[in-house]
Amino acid sequence: MEFVFGYYNYLAVVFLMMLGFYIVVSRGNLVKTLVGLSVFQTSVFIFYISLARIRGGTAPIYVEGETLYSSPLPQVLILTAIVVSISTTALGLAIVVRIREAYGTIEEDEIDGIEYAEEVGVPDIRWS
Amino acid sequence: MTEHLPVLQVAIPMMAALVSALIPRGRVAWGWAVATCWIGLGISMLILGQVLAGGTISYELGGWAAPWGIEYRIDHVNAFVLLIVSGIGAVVAPFARLSLEREIEPSHLPRFYAAFLLCLSGLLGITVTGDVFNLFVFLEVSSLTSYTMVAMGQDRRALTAAYRYLIMGSIGATFIVIGVGLLYAMTGTLNMADLAERIPEVASTRTVPVAFGFLTVGISLKLALFPLHLWLPNAYTYSPSAATAFLAATATKVAVYVLLRFFFTVFGASFSFDVMQLDYVLLPLGLVAIFSMSMVAIFQENVKRMLAYSSLAQIGYMVLGISFASVTGLTAGILHLFNHAVIKCALFLAVGSVFYRIGSVRISAMAGVGRQMPWTMGAFVLGGFSLIGVPLTVGFISKWYLILAAIERGWWPVAGLILITSLMAVVYIWRVVESAYFQPAPGGRESAREAPLALLLPTWALIIANLYFGIDASLTTGVAIEAARALLGVGS
Repeated sequence: MEFVFGYYNYLAVVFLMMLGFYIVVSRGNLVKTLVGLSVFQTSVFIFYISLARIRGGTAPIYVEGETLYSSPLPQVLILTAIVVSISTTALGLAIVVRIREAYGTIEEDEIDGIEYAEEVGVPDIRWS
Repeated sequence: MTEHLPVLQVAIPMMAALVSALIPRGRVAWGWAVATCWIGLGISMLILGQVLAGGTISYELGGWAAPWGIEYRIDHVNAFVLLIVSGIGAVVAPFARLSLEREIEPSHLPRFYAAFLLCLSGLLGITVTGDVFNLFVFLEVSSLTSYTMVAMGQDRRALTAAYRYLIMGSIGATFIVIGVGLLYAMTGTLNMADLAERIPEVASTRTVPVAFGFLTVGISLKLALFPLHLWLPNAYTYSPSAATAFLAATATKVAVYVLLRFFFTVFGASFSFDVMQLDYVLLPLGLVAIFSMSMVAIFQENVKRMLAYSSLAQIGYMVLGISFASVTGLTAGILHLFNHAVIKCALFLAVGSVFYRIGSVRISAMAGVGRQMPWTMGAFVLGGFSLIGVPLTVGFISKWYLILAAIERGWWPVAGLILITSLMAVVYIWRVVESAYFQPAPGGRESAREAPLALLLPTWALIIANLYFGIDASLTTGVAIEAARALLGVGS
């Protein structure tokens, strides 16, 4: 029990991480895959932020009478990582929009079928 | 001025990229990009000179002392990688104008050059930085721009290739952040030199091996080590020729550098190889990559895809060299980093020139090209020789050191496999040569001419580098041996 309560932040992080990763691997819909990727990345942000928290510590702003502060560095790092993550998602969604325009679908198996037919010259009958 | 070279190396292309995106005309943006790349090449030459003369350079970004501030730290290894990356940039940029005008929308040109320069800046940033989180940020700068460049390809399959690259690349990058986070949790620092000092104290905990695992998988995804390579073939096949040549020669090479940096500098060779027994992972994966990817390359119809699979095999050679964990092995790996960049870039540029004239890169469509474009195909053949490892080319030098390293370890089967897979390269290069020289040109293409000089010159510059560094390898091997010694911590 102590393990569960003592490390609950890490457990939450691992749960979210696995959840996001599972969505990325298992979903065939391109937008859902990106959602999974976002969850996966966000779990890492929570990991960093919770790492910096000290019990009883305040925000890292100098105040008279306070001696215990949370570390500001991970928060700064994650600020950068959030920007990266947003750019990734935005770029991914932009590519999905163009895939929709070019193929008429955002389902991975349908796109694979279209590409297979284009490459080999016969319709894809592997899965039907 | 000279003491600020490390930061200028990264900052100049980054600022230039912003300007490039605002330039309305493609040609002007191209001139701007070429100038930037050439300045970058000059700077990296100066840096290499400084390192060769005075040893490691440490630069404090913004005047904040390491380990609190971000440190740029340049020793033999990254000075050499800097030269490779900026050299390839300086060759590909002049090539890009004609090639891109044919392959992407004219209105997209300035933004393509912006992406190109940002990618260059990101790759150079990864190389110079001595801070692991900074490394992640630059990794994402270069990756996001690579996805953009891939997605600009004409074929709609470029879009799915870019999407797949984006998903796999982001997973790799996130794995790297997890690894960095775990290391930070254990040591409280992000500076590489500082990490290297503090990791031994906590190496017996469970967290450090986990961090090691995450970093290994993340970086392996970025460098497309078998079996994490699935994003690469389509990305190289469908992106514009100039982008393919640039990415094939730099992106995976920089990832190999990151691998070296983490395994040898941050964790230390004894932790990576004695405790984690990394050689048991890298050696089989490298061998499987070399063998299976060469085999797949033989059966490709599309020359760009064939070269992409060949790149995967070549990455196997580099990883194989690293897995020996000896000075000769690392020298071979680092040499092949340079040599393969020169070889593959030349080959992709030659293929790009063929595409410029005949509009296809299929082997069957290249029938008769050898007589119509003798200079272009001559470059392809010489580049192919180098890929195979014929003496007097750079390919021979790296194969030589690899085999030496294998024999030094007493691993004769590995040495034999290196020779056999070189013969497989003969097969796939021969398929192109056979079609280009011994087949008649198909009807309707009798008028195909030699590629314009603007495409030939960059290609031949690299071919000459192939031959020059194959005949006089003293500069490259000298730097590579120094770099290998520095990484292993063996005095020179």
